Amino acid sequence: MTNHWIDIKNADCIMIIGSNAAENHPVSFRWVTKAMEKGAKLINVDPRFTRTSSKADIYAPLRSGADIAFINGVMNYIIENNLYDKDYLVDNTNASFLVNEKFSFKNGLYVGYNKKKKKYDKKYWRYQLDENGIPKVDRTLQNPRCVFQLLRKHLSRYNLDEVSAITGTPKHLLLEVAKIYGATGAKGKSGTIMYAMGTTQHTVGTQNVRSYAMLQLLLGNVGIAGGGINALRGESNVQGSTDMALLFHILPGYLKTPRVEDQSLKQYLEHWTPKSADPKSANWWQHTPKYMVSLLKAFWGEHATKGNQFAYSYMPKVSENYSHITMFEAMYDGKIKGLICMGQNPAVGGPNVRKEKKALEKLDWLVAVDLWETETASFWATPEVDPKKIKTEVFMLPAAASMEKEGSITNSGRWMQWRYQAVHPPGDAKSDLWILDKLAKQLKKLYKKDGGAFAEPIVHLNWNYGPKEEPNVHLVAKEINGYDLVTGKLVPSFGKLKDDGTTSSGNWLYCASYTEKGNMAARRDPRDATNKIGLYPNWSWCWPVNRRIIYNRASCDLKGNPHAPHKYVVKWLADEKKWVGDVPDGGWPPGTRHSFIMKPEGHARLFGFGLADGPFPEHYEPLESPVKNRMSKTQINPVTKVWRGAMNEIGNKKKYPIIATTYRVTEHWQAGQMTRNNAWLVELMPDMFVEMSKSLAKSKRIKHGDRVKIKTARGEITAYAVVTERFQAFKLNGRLYEQVGLPWHFGYKGLAQGFSANILTPHVGDANTMIPEYKAFLCNVEKEV
Amino acid sequence: MKLSRRGFLKVTGAATTGALLGNFAFNRKSSEAYAQTLRTRYAEESTTICPYCAVGCGMIVSVSRGKVINIEGDPDHPINQGSLCSKGSALFQVANNDRRMTKVLYRAPYSDRWEEKSWDWTISRIAENIKKTRDANWVGKDSKGRVVNRVEAIGALGGAALDNEECYLWSKLARALGIVYLEHQARI
Repeated sequence: MTNHWIDIKNADCIMIIGSNAAENHPVSFRWVTKAMEKGAKLINVDPRFTRTSSKADIYAPLRSGADIAFINGVMNYIIENNLYDKDYLVDNTNASFLVNEKFSFKNGLYVGYNKKKKKYDKKYWRYQLDENGIPKVDRTLQNPRCVFQLLRKHLSRYNLDEVSAITGTPKHLLLEVAKIYGATGAKGKSGTIMYAMGTTQHTVGTQNVRSYAMLQLLLGNVGIAGGGINALRGESNVQGSTDMALLFHILPGYLKTPRVEDQSLKQYLEHWTPKSADPKSANWWQHTPKYMVSLLKAFWGEHATKGNQFAYSYMPKVSENYSHITMFEAMYDGKIKGLICMGQNPAVGGPNVRKEKKALEKLDWLVAVDLWETETASFWATPEVDPKKIKTEVFMLPAAASMEKEGSITNSGRWMQWRYQAVHPPGDAKSDLWILDKLAKQLKKLYKKDGGAFAEPIVHLNWNYGPKEEPNVHLVAKEINGYDLVTGKLVPSFGKLKDDGTTSSGNWLYCASYTEKGNMAARRDPRDATNKIGLYPNWSWCWPVNRRIIYNRASCDLKGNPHAPHKYVVKWLADEKKWVGDVPDGGWPPGTRHSFIMKPEGHARLFGFGLADGPFPEHYEPLESPVKNRMSKTQINPVTKVWRGAMNEIGNKKKYPIIATTYRVTEHWQAGQMTRNNAWLVELMPDMFVEMSKSLAKSKRIKHGDRVKIKTARGEITAYAVVTERFQAFKLNGRLYEQVGLPWHFGYKGLAQGFSANILTPHVGDANTMIPEYKAFLCNVEKEV
Repeated sequence: MKLSRRGFLKVTGAATTGALLGNFAFNRKSSEAYAQTLRTRYAEESTTICPYCAVGCGMIVSVSRGKVINIEGDPDHPINQGSLCSKGSALFQVANNDRRMTKVLYRAPYSDRWEEKSWDWTISRIAENIKKTRDANWVGKDSKGRVVNRVEAIGALGGAALDNEECYLWSKLARALGIVYLEHQARI
């Protein structure tokens, strides 16, 4: 989230799209309700009428997989009807920047597409630069090569009739959404967007999010109270686990994973440290060398020296994509021999789970750490497999629950909050910290004693978390914050980190979280800040540097006057020469630095040349879709990798004419371990079901409560039919298409058992992130006889 | 200084961290304090954050004789102000649940059952497996002779349910081992 949960109360209009906040983040709705009590409007866009929809002023049904068409249509309306915030665009975004003359778009493809490689050469996706290397601008936004005019041209194809034929959203509702949400473009008004996996789990997931962010920029809604682009993240610490980089492509604090081209530390830093010729650009990532060297010092301590490039060679180098789907494809092909699963249950939660379970059978060994016996740990004991034919050695380790250990987690609003140990874990169960500590020490011992392939990174690993049986979690938290290695003191903030090896920090973004003043995440001061917008600056701590609303310089004009004085985030006191309110995005006086400090050009990108699939969002159909793409002959995202071969069948609309999507229910959580073993919750939500419209049920002679089969090209499941008004057929291209919905929590372990919806989902992912396309695929349903 | 119940909670919490951050003793309404005293009168209390979704609701855990006897929303927490959803309200059943794993279980190759093992045996065996797989599949250089220092035969999955400090240690250890198939729930 750019903003945070409480800040939702400051919005004048809230658009919840691709999220069912009322059911899946129920307490977030407390703040939606507070806003509505003050007169805010709620818009909900979703294929299904949910409990969120039931509270909305406008419910706009949207066929799964058509978000870009929807948002592009809304943006087109906003531009053509002058609802956008022009001053904001010019001051804060690249709207006025001129783009290379050779940049173009035709037949659903941007210039530079290589059909064979399914990849873009992005050399023309660039700004025009002046003689000093600074992007040329036209602050009137009239130049036909400026981003604003190129965007306007791109969006002009998305008129509301066209959009309605793609999305299935009735035109009058599109118009209403565009007008009401567009009204937040007025000065002093704010609109917020709340989204979740309904947005991201598509082959165009990244561009879906981008389209929302662009809409927010057009309306001047980023950096302000009651605004922002707000991901409702689903797991209690999925923000923290991302920050700590349990992902192949990043290192802690969003530093880039070294690539094979980055052979030396010098090459790495040259490659990944952005440069800017613009003196008004803060270009924050220019500090990359300080953060990277400090990270290497945290990892390898005294063994990271100037002489050995701070042990840079110890860090593995990647040359391809190693994301979830790729991992399971490699496992299926026998290339992965061992897997360590820390509280994840891919046998329920992964896409195309029949294939992912088959892949587990190819492992020599599997370690599964969890509170419960999961479908993943016991994949060899399912009815359809013969354990005597499965070679895998499996270790199932009992883990401690959240109240049985001490440490911090980071919520969606970036608040790092400390938890205390209340009781000991049951039986032999141990904290993950204990397990990792024991394992690391044993590996260090083994490699020290026997040597082995490149033993140095393990033997030299900086690993000292106290003399006790349970590692000291405070020592770990302090290492993450970082030290001044000369004085031995904790560094007060990332401004003090250096690239000469005299500082360490396990994650520069968490610098200032645990300082000589104490553990900031444990703070419980209930007082609000002077601007009284619900920042609670001394309750817990948030990254970066306790800034509760990021990009907040954009909430003011170039003199530091807030656009919304009644709910200002920051403001400049000219007499005292200081900012008050939230922690500003840098303390420089107003107008001396551009507001989007993380971008080398200092401006938010309406034209986003960093993405794999285009600088503007363009509608493409999901991999499996019942309709042809109306916008161009390019049917699916042209740079998405489509896996073929064994167990990767793709369904066609003839055999599988019905759109399907997956979702969650309030009473269960993710792959189910934490709720399907809980009697109270199981009583509330006992079994697997499929939700469908009355018209579909009628045509298939299905009654509410019948057992039905749901089939896709990947597999077949059975579930109870829930026949409901909540789904209605969508009118696309003048024809009606049905959609069904399936909760994905179930499996064959636990108190509540049922078929996993992910037996049905495909192994295909977003072109940028490889997040699986769980939210739009094709199926058929029939009554079980 | 006379401490209210919440103030007391705060101070015990801060004392655990070894650093006292400010001092805020609150005056709750006496009726509220009384109503809450009834259920957990002799219990020790600590605060926690809900382990389900990422709203980050505050909770109070009450413990008596080493057992969790109650978990409820923390009324002082600015995000949830005491409220919880159905999952959060049921967290008590995670703390007290016969279905929890309490032993290390091991399934030998081609076996059809679990067997109990000790932690010492298990940690050594897992470390040996990691070392064996890593050493046998180590890639020091790629086909063009460039240094890559990685192992592609070991996968690491999961972490969104772990604490930050646990995630950090896992991130650090996995990199030291050269693991590149390093993924978790955030991807999917």
